[in-house]
Amino acid sequence: MTTAPPLVPYAEALERYEPAIGLETHVELGTVTKLFCGCPAQFGGEPNTHVCPVCLGLPGSLPVPSRAAIEFTIRIGLALNCSIAEWCRFARKNYFYPDMPKDFQISQYDEPLCTDGWLDVMVDEGDAEPQHVRVGIERVHLEEDTGKSMHVGGATGRIHGADYSLVDYNRAGIPLVEIVTKPITTAGAFAPAVARTYVAELREVVRSLGVSDVRMEEGSLRCDVNTSLAPRGSGVLGTRTETKNVNSLRSVERAVRSEIERQAAVLDAGGTVALETRHFHEDTGITTSGRSKEEAEDYRYFPEPDLVPLAPPREWVEQIRRSLPELPSVRRERLQAEWQLSDADMAALRNADAFDLVAGTVAAGASPAGARKWWLGELSRRANETGAELAGLAITPDQVARVAELVSSGALNDQLARQVIDGVLAGEGTPDEVVAARGLAVVSDDSALTAAVDEAITANPDVADKIRSGKVAAAGVLVGAVMKATRGQADAGKVRQLILEKLT
Amino acid sequence: MSITRDEVVHLARLSRLALGQEELDHLAPQLDQIISAVARVQEVAAEGIPPTSHALPLTNVFREDEIVPCLAADVVLSEAPAVEQQRFKVPRILAED
Ligand SMILES: [Zn+2]
Repeated sequence: MTTAPPLVPYAEALERYEPAIGLETHVELGTVTKLFCGCPAQFGGEPNTHVCPVCLGLPGSLPVPSRAAIEFTIRIGLALNCSIAEWCRFARKNYFYPDMPKDFQISQYDEPLCTDGWLDVMVDEGDAEPQHVRVGIERVHLEEDTGKSMHVGGATGRIHGADYSLVDYNRAGIPLVEIVTKPITTAGAFAPAVARTYVAELREVVRSLGVSDVRMEEGSLRCDVNTSLAPRGSGVLGTRTETKNVNSLRSVERAVRSEIERQAAVLDAGGTVALETRHFHEDTGITTSGRSKEEAEDYRYFPEPDLVPLAPPREWVEQIRRSLPELPSVRRERLQAEWQLSDADMAALRNADAFDLVAGTVAAGASPAGARKWWLGELSRRANETGAELAGLAITPDQVARVAELVSSGALNDQLARQVIDGVLAGEGTPDEVVAARGLAVVSDDSALTAAVDEAITANPDVADKIRSGKVAAAGVLVGAVMKATRGQADAGKVRQLILEKLT
Repeated sequence: MSITRDEVVHLARLSRLALGQEELDHLAPQLDQIISAVARVQEVAAEGIPPTSHALPLTNVFREDEIVPCLAADVVLSEAPAVEQQRFKVPRILAED
């Protein structure tokens, strides 16, 4: 049914063509209620229980916008360096899908609330120098989300071959902000990485504003990726395709790459790229053709007659601007300087998704070096072993800070600290509770250690002879034996000192 | 202002209406007449009168972000053409989610 399209290898495609990309990102706002009615805007719920006459479009009902949704949209616009319209209107977008019970969606068309901004991103591909890219923001507008359709009877649950659809309108009317970039034409071979990095940075910005939980897997952040190719040096924009169903950062990157490879094959064969919606398939990493795109005129947009215009007062806009938090890029730069990290150290932290965790651990009192050591070392290893996200481990930055503190005060050594982490991850309680319950403490008491050292010397006479004859490096073997005998609780420095005192 | 037969074919496709040749022959001239009649409103549009989209000269009518009780699911679905799994059951459609 979905045969793989012919592809041109990526590097070869880039020799002949220049890619242009554009991203349309939808963010579900975290308001308490829907955009135009008082129904709860929360995710999920029993089907068709978060609906009322307004979001069902029943005759006689009238929409009234939520002030919070307007404010959240302005917050996003300001964080993206946009101008905020002094006067604008909602528009009615007419279509014939049952995902809106009204048969239209209230959106914005030629009068978006926010226009003409930018977002700076740092594209780090590891093997090349990190590249600074300024992504232009065309517009940020507010609209209502649609209902959720379930397609029944088709082989894959998708629309093709579906016998009928079941519609749940709980999501219909949840405020949705659409953020549209200007075409990005200068990224070249980096286009897929720029797309991924932009979405990642946008997600952090929106999260920092506290206006959405921006979870791609739950669909509160959704991404459509436009891709086109033009012959190198032609200076024109090719026909674009719009790839939907791109549900993770990795997929954003793969979708762009795969479209470049596919469109290059179409153009190489003398064909033309069709203006259409394509669907991204997580399993194969390729896109397949969807419906041909409706032209804007097919939606017969017109100003929404049930709503009065928006004219956000300037003092309100300035008040919102003053309330913006420190933006993620600014915060990263500040902390990088405070922690005295190189760009490479910083990249390592971010690639491990450890930046916020380390920041939280430092805020809880740990040294930056200590916090990095535990999150990038032991804890990253645990996460890898179990296939979990680092942030999903059952230990908090506060707890890691406490472990680091116990180590720096000398109450624990690294080996004991790892046992404490074991205990916390196993649900045995806080670090202090684990220390108490497991009886973990560094033993530096001379008499206890002397006995253990004597035992180790007796058990390893040949090693002892080596040390006596001046091969001091062999002491490590005995230190290891003592540490093992004391289950890691001995103070290793002290043990070494005792061994050398006895044998040299 | 006039509407061609091809435009009616296009509109029918968008509306998922299966119109036969005879229906198109019949409807296209009718739609053309209706559009022409409505278009006469443009004759009274004058310079200096801004187009309006709302009858009242208001801006910024907002609602506080407070929950209002929803309808019960059985009420919501009482007028549905068909129901399955507490959802509206409708013919297969073209859009993805
Ligand atoms: Zn409602």
